[in-house]
Amino acid sequence: MDEQNLILRIQDLDVRFRIDRKSEPFQAVKGISFDIPTNTTVALVGESGSGKSVSAMAILGLLPENAIIAPASRILYGARDLTKAALPEMQAIRGKEISVIFQEPMTSLNPVFTVGEQIGEVLRLHMGMGMRQAQARVVELMNEVGIPNPQLRVNSYPHEMSGGQQQRVMIAMAIACEPKLLIADEPTTALDVTIQKQILDLIAGLQERHRMSMLFITHDLGVVGDIADSVVVMQNGVIQEQGPVKAIFESPQHPYTKALLACRPRLDRRPKRLPVIDDFIKGDGRPNLAERTRGTTPEDPIILEVKALNKTFFLKEGLFGKRAIPAVKDVSFRLPKGKTLGLVGESGSGKTTVGLTLMRLHDATSGEVLFEGRDLLALSEREMMAYRRRIQIIFQNPYASLNPRMTVGHILVEPMKIHAIGKDERERVDMAFRLLERVGLAPQSFYKYPHEFSGGQRQRIAIARCLTMKPDVLICDESVSALDVSVQAQVLNLLQDLQDEFGLSYIFISHDLAVVKYISDRVMVMNDGVIVEMADSDEIYRHPREEYTRKLLSSIPKGWQAAAQAT
Amino acid sequence: MSAVLTNPPPVPAQESPGLWTLAWRRLKQDPVGMVSLAIVAFFLLMMAAAATGLIAKDWSKEKGVSYANPSFLAGAENLEAKAMAARETSKAPPVDLSDIDPLAPRYKEWEERAAKIAVTEVKRAESLPFGGDKWGRDVLQKVVKGSEVSIFVGLAGALIATFIGTLLGAMAGYWGGRVNDLLEWFYNIFTSIPYILLILSFAAVAQATGSFGKGIFSIILILSLTGWTGIYRLIRAEYLKHASREYVKAAQAIGASNMQRMFVHILPNVSHVSLVQLSQHTVQFIKAEVILSFLGFGVPVDQVSWGTMLAEAQNELVIGKWWQLAAAGASMAILVTAFSLLTDSLRDALDPKLK
Repeated sequence: MDEQNLILRIQDLDVRFRIDRKSEPFQAVKGISFDIPTNTTVALVGESGSGKSVSAMAILGLLPENAIIAPASRILYGARDLTKAALPEMQAIRGKEISVIFQEPMTSLNPVFTVGEQIGEVLRLHMGMGMRQAQARVVELMNEVGIPNPQLRVNSYPHEMSGGQQQRVMIAMAIACEPKLLIADEPTTALDVTIQKQILDLIAGLQERHRMSMLFITHDLGVVGDIADSVVVMQNGVIQEQGPVKAIFESPQHPYTKALLACRPRLDRRPKRLPVIDDFIKGDGRPNLAERTRGTTPEDPIILEVKALNKTFFLKEGLFGKRAIPAVKDVSFRLPKGKTLGLVGESGSGKTTVGLTLMRLHDATSGEVLFEGRDLLALSEREMMAYRRRIQIIFQNPYASLNPRMTVGHILVEPMKIHAIGKDERERVDMAFRLLERVGLAPQSFYKYPHEFSGGQRQRIAIARCLTMKPDVLICDESVSALDVSVQAQVLNLLQDLQDEFGLSYIFISHDLAVVKYISDRVMVMNDGVIVEMADSDEIYRHPREEYTRKLLSSIPKGWQAAAQAT
Repeated sequence: MSAVLTNPPPVPAQESPGLWTLAWRRLKQDPVGMVSLAIVAFFLLMMAAAATGLIAKDWSKEKGVSYANPSFLAGAENLEAKAMAARETSKAPPVDLSDIDPLAPRYKEWEERAAKIAVTEVKRAESLPFGGDKWGRDVLQKVVKGSEVSIFVGLAGALIATFIGTLLGAMAGYWGGRVNDLLEWFYNIFTSIPYILLILSFAAVAQATGSFGKGIFSIILILSLTGWTGIYRLIRAEYLKHASREYVKAAQAIGASNMQRMFVHILPNVSHVSLVQLSQHTVQFIKAEVILSFLGFGVPVDQVSWGTMLAEAQNELVIGKWWQLAAAGASMAILVTAFSLLTDSLRDALDPKLK
């Protein structure tokens, strides 16, 4: 590829962060080089901490103050080196020639301005448009990114829009000035599968139509296949492999790339354990691919039965008025002992409310939750205590569900104390150590605080906390959704091992169909608070009966089709 | 809770700093914070020493001449002292009443007796290290002794106010609903009255009825009963935020009771707010004590505080005796500034944004 066709060339980019005065600066990006040709999409793939976002922010000159870019680094944009560009020069480039879409649309939009004003600001700033002219262009842009009724929606505030629409607004802002390079930093990670699919199609379409280049950053190789022309795989600040998308998917060279491709659960097969990165880096690269069979039979003993569960929230309206918002409508299902029930739906479908209500973390409006024949919803608070430990929950966000002011030891011992498990402190501590080992954490973890752990490790702590109470039913509320695909595979394997070992029954709530398909025996699809379809997992994926289920299934990123057939 | 760590089976392989340890480390890196911490510690030590009588024990002794000059102004003219001395020396000799006094024959006996008792006329010092007040008491010692009352009132008042504010705030924020409505109503009544007016009315009631006890304890009560409102609001907001957090839900899921959730789980996460408020209110109450004493509602006359010193100083200033004002004002300014800076550093060090 010759110089003429390059929009950006990164040479020996080396970024370090000063942590404090004493220690050596932490090297986040260790001398990487790659090119972004004109009119192409380059995907930058890696786990959290691989340095992919840092590289992107370095291009925009948006690194925090404690970052040091080594003098030998070059980011060549045309004839200019962006690492040495002065601030006014960078400001002229940012948003006009190089623009960016961030992961969280809700936090990236200013809540006190209408979306029209925010898109218009970019136009007035960079294109020198007047008020009226900008307004017309904003409507045009909003139309282009697929926001219905743009004339009306121009005057909406960000909170009046859904997550997907907010991301569309962000995209409209990013393409407003016809940038030459669009940087998309995990633009779909915070969105539901169906929305993710729409946004990916939109971005790909825009890239083609506007003939711009795109740097697409993601931790999920799966989403890259559809839209990227070439792929750069990063790990720990170095590039492990780069090449055209076809080569990466069809004949990955580096074990790390192979691992990333393999660790995402797939719809067409279900190995006993998901391959993890260590299998490829340390092992022989041939993970155990024996298949696991899933499914339920009518004879399975039932541990939990939910009958006509209803939950309605009330919103205050005006001074005395109340508005009923039904979140769960007449939901009934049975959970067989030792099996996994998958609960799939988009955000707002009521799947989390089901989980919280049957644990009585919310009060149900009506219905029954029969646990071994007793209705949990009818028990008094004291009677409930005995059952509380037997149904446990693992939350979505491992950063929020552990008390930051407690050591891991304290977190693990506390529930045992509350439920008088173990005869004395000594025994409880011993048990905590055994559980730490069981979930794959070092014994020193006992003395550490949650902030010292990564997301996957924290989720292991949350799992260990549930296990201290020897529960029968475990509700996993989007428990792996916030994790990188590679870490997600490890946690899923752990959950599977624990089910095999202790005979736990899971209610697995997720918006990710591939994950649900992998782990569940039976799948329940929810939409708007009602159950759309319920069937054994293989059945529902092979022969979906309902339109909504089919729509969900078609939104799953296909990765590289060829890769699915190979291996 | 801490019992977990009483008999740790394996020795921890490496130290694992808790949040307070980390905060202390961050504070140690902050020179401003450390200097102000040292100053505050110095004042606290001074207060403790004065309270136990190690220093400034004889602050009420009239050691110097009236309005004795500070020693760095030893040569300056002291008209007040001269006038006083002149009055004493110019006393007319006692009128001889021996003619009519029936006890006159005993005069001699008395004189003999009086001569046996050694009377040593203490010469009053012309100058004191930082000057003297009207009665010739050492201003430096008064400042030291005065710190005892001022800081004690400030700290104790702030402690009680923080306790009340945190407790009510926790209840309102955690329970919400009716409890919150009731406490908000109570809070609104308190804050609808101007602060100084509220303090003064409390003080007037306290003086009239004696229901708050005597002396500085009544001041402490007045200050804390009027000063909890701001803390209550902040803690309430924090509890509102934390009550819906997932870790609290997780605690509910493991069966922790409401009390456990409120005080074992949430409180450590909002304690940094309480701490910063404690330190801010200490400063505020030291100033409030000064105002109260200045207005005559403060400490009794047999005690000294920075407030009473400032109250005295308003008369002295007219005749150009500025050192009492300077001493009390400067020590208060230094302590308050150091305390405020320490508060800022504490807030930075305790930044709850976790890694």
